Amino acid sequence: MPGRLKSTGLRIAQALPVVAGVVIVSFLLTRALPGDPAVFFAGAAADETSIAQIREAMGLDRPLPVQFLAYVGDLFRGDLGQSVMTGQSVASDLARRLPASLELTLLALMISSGLAVPLGVMAARNPGSWKDHLCRVVVTAGVSLPTFFTGILLIYVFYYLLWVAPAPLGRLDFIYLEPDAVTGLYLIDSVFAGDWETWLGALKQLVLPAMTLALFTMAPIARMTRAAMLQALSSDYVRTARAAGLTDRKVMFTYALRNALLPVVTTLGMVFSFTLGANVLVEKVFAWPGIGSYAVEALVASDYAAVQGFVLCMALLFVALNLLIDISYSLIDPRIGFEAR
Amino acid sequence: MTNLSRRHFLQAGGTVLGASVLPFLKALPASAASGDVIVAVMGQTINSLDIHRTGTNRPSYQVAVNVYDRLVSFGTKTTPDGGLSYDYSVIEPEVAESWEITDSEMIFKLKPGGKFQDGSPITAQDVKWSFDRAVTLGGFPAVQMKAGSLESPDQFEAVDDMTFKIKLIRPSKLTLPDLAVPVPMIINSKLALQHATDDDPWATEYLHKTPAGSGAFKVAQWKPGEQLVYDRNDDYTSGPVPAVKRVVLREVPSPATRRALLERGDVNLSFNMPNKDAKELSGMDGVTIQTTPIENSIYCLNPNLAFEPFQDKRVRQAIAWSVPYKELFDTAAYGRGKPMWGGPSTTPADISWPQPFPYSTDLDKAKDLLKEAGYGGGFEVPLSISLGQIDWMEPVALLVQENLAKVGITATIDKVPGANWRTASLVEKRLPLHLETFGGWLNYPCYYFFWAYLEGHLFNSSNYRNEEIEALTAETLHMEIDNPDYAPKIKRMIEIVWDEVPRIALWQPALNVGMHEVKDFEYWFHRQLDIRSLKGA
Repeated sequence: MPGRLKSTGLRIAQALPVVAGVVIVSFLLTRALPGDPAVFFAGAAADETSIAQIREAMGLDRPLPVQFLAYVGDLFRGDLGQSVMTGQSVASDLARRLPASLELTLLALMISSGLAVPLGVMAARNPGSWKDHLCRVVVTAGVSLPTFFTGILLIYVFYYLLWVAPAPLGRLDFIYLEPDAVTGLYLIDSVFAGDWETWLGALKQLVLPAMTLALFTMAPIARMTRAAMLQALSSDYVRTARAAGLTDRKVMFTYALRNALLPVVTTLGMVFSFTLGANVLVEKVFAWPGIGSYAVEALVASDYAAVQGFVLCMALLFVALNLLIDISYSLIDPRIGFEAR
Repeated sequence: MTNLSRRHFLQAGGTVLGASVLPFLKALPASAASGDVIVAVMGQTINSLDIHRTGTNRPSYQVAVNVYDRLVSFGTKTTPDGGLSYDYSVIEPEVAESWEITDSEMIFKLKPGGKFQDGSPITAQDVKWSFDRAVTLGGFPAVQMKAGSLESPDQFEAVDDMTFKIKLIRPSKLTLPDLAVPVPMIINSKLALQHATDDDPWATEYLHKTPAGSGAFKVAQWKPGEQLVYDRNDDYTSGPVPAVKRVVLREVPSPATRRALLERGDVNLSFNMPNKDAKELSGMDGVTIQTTPIENSIYCLNPNLAFEPFQDKRVRQAIAWSVPYKELFDTAAYGRGKPMWGGPSTTPADISWPQPFPYSTDLDKAKDLLKEAGYGGGFEVPLSISLGQIDWMEPVALLVQENLAKVGITATIDKVPGANWRTASLVEKRLPLHLETFGGWLNYPCYYFFWAYLEGHLFNSSNYRNEEIEALTAETLHMEIDNPDYAPKIKRMIEIVWDEVPRIALWQPALNVGMHEVKDFEYWFHRQLDIRSLKGA
């Protein structure tokens, strides 16, 4: 165990240059964006002097290296800057919006892998059969429908026609009060608060957007499960296990699936990271106050601090996620020596 | 404001609102809440509760309207289609009780007993501090104040607690109406000053998140990017106490979702609906659509005089004759708004503005004019549109492009990102042929001309200059409209810009509001949601 701790520390140390690179690149890229934020935020009727005042207030009149040093200095103090677009500090914006995205993405991935892994296993056990084709059709359909379309379709059917889903008004209908923030995830916070009514309210709001995302993310997981399972099932050790007369159940789940899980977990990590930043369209359709729409609006408005904060936050998340996946490897497959690296 | 604890919030709701059952007090279906509580949705986001702050966006102006008062306000009138609109011709008291105007000063007497939301009295010192703040912080508020000849703190004086004096730089008809726009709102200076620091003498950080006004509504909760909750100020002193107790304003970016919410009756009001939805929902049971043409505003196609062929007015006229006006109005505006083409004469009959320009679609005339100007063989020109307003600009550009091709002009569509649009079109004024949308808050033709036709002025993105227009605009801008010289001069100005067409009027846009079990939405020139007049139906 100490060995694992040490190598975790080492892994985090290795991530530092990556984060430093991200800080520099995101700073330079936002400055390279076309458009002048001072003009944008001065409003339609502003004149030259008021634009100059705003440029000065935003610190944009200083040379780039000075701006960069100021930015890095602020970062070390834990200050991500002030978003001009939302009028809040970037840190507080991210703290409010990241949990919203996390909650949605995590639930979506749970639904998605809950459906896609069994589908993939089923398909791999009967390659070429109707079950295999069913799996292929379902996941292809899921991934080919754009999320905003699936989202609007689900709203139309379940909210507009059938009246079973609640109004797509964000994380919580306005009749509920949000639970006191502990994790920021409403489903967990409301359990801490013992408020089951709010828990149910939050879950109801989550179902449709999470289904929309789940449909979209099923494809890579199901396909990867199928491929990995096919490989595992045709391997020597499974043949040996079968020859040794082990039950089908034992062979499937203990030997084949466990070995097939490695690439699936890797895929899951990748799907998670791209979904977190890329579900802008789902967020827009369901009025979800998530991090994707925040980033896009910040980009459109050339809101430097917000864009940089978002990129940095995502980079840190990626680093953490990769670490988590590496650790889970060594749990799934003891042969993978985590310490060795 | 945003960190209210759960208990605090419920308590506040209980004490402010009395025994009535309102949302937040556990599950209560939205539809059952109508009357006392109105749920409204809009597509944009409110980014500050302080209109004077740098970077405050347009949707946030509604907080200045609903939560703060001004010295004076405009009256209310009924529009031809039965809706309510503010009345530009009537100035009514708000915080002020009466006023006297001479050529050199304006003296306002405040209403006795006027109170801020925290119970402290409204004094002339508060007005002075607020006006000083509006002209000092810079940015848009300073520009808007300047439009009313309010430029420096030296002009404002608190004579005593209840008397406020403005020293006038010049007598101008724009000064009094400019006091009724959202910007010169009256802030509780005692409260604000408690939160001011040496770095921040105007308490911008505090007022950004915590309003300190005397308005008809208080902000009960603000979650940026999600919702704003207004609670009624039961002790409102500057006007009648509103009918509704609470207004929940949710931000829903997707227009399709907003439409579904309104159709299903889960929200009472959808603000600024797309023209398409407004057209399709009008006539639907249970939903009322109020469409109000936006005053003093025109969607225009602007030929830029910096582009050589457009220096010849015949070429500009040719463009004006080749625009397919009717198709644009039907396709891009879905028929919501007012046609601005096909005027009967080249001289205006009255001084109403905007009024239809004397052009319509006549391709033969356009070809003749081009030939006369020596461009019979046509030319190439980029037609620029903003990606931020693609909903109407793109169909317009495509239809204009098609017709220009018929008269020999090759237009290529140039899409400019929203963040660059203003710089390219208004500041650098470098787009040869582009679309433009200026609308003036102060509803006078001379005010429109001041911004849109004077050389170097912001919305004159065509680089137009005409000596007579320059002189006439300067003469009329501050002149009273009942002055016998006013109307002839304005008519002359309209006649000139009709003939020279540096701006080709397409149509007058409209603001659409959808309502369900709510009535009495009042249209205001600022085009933001004023909730003071709303009533449950």
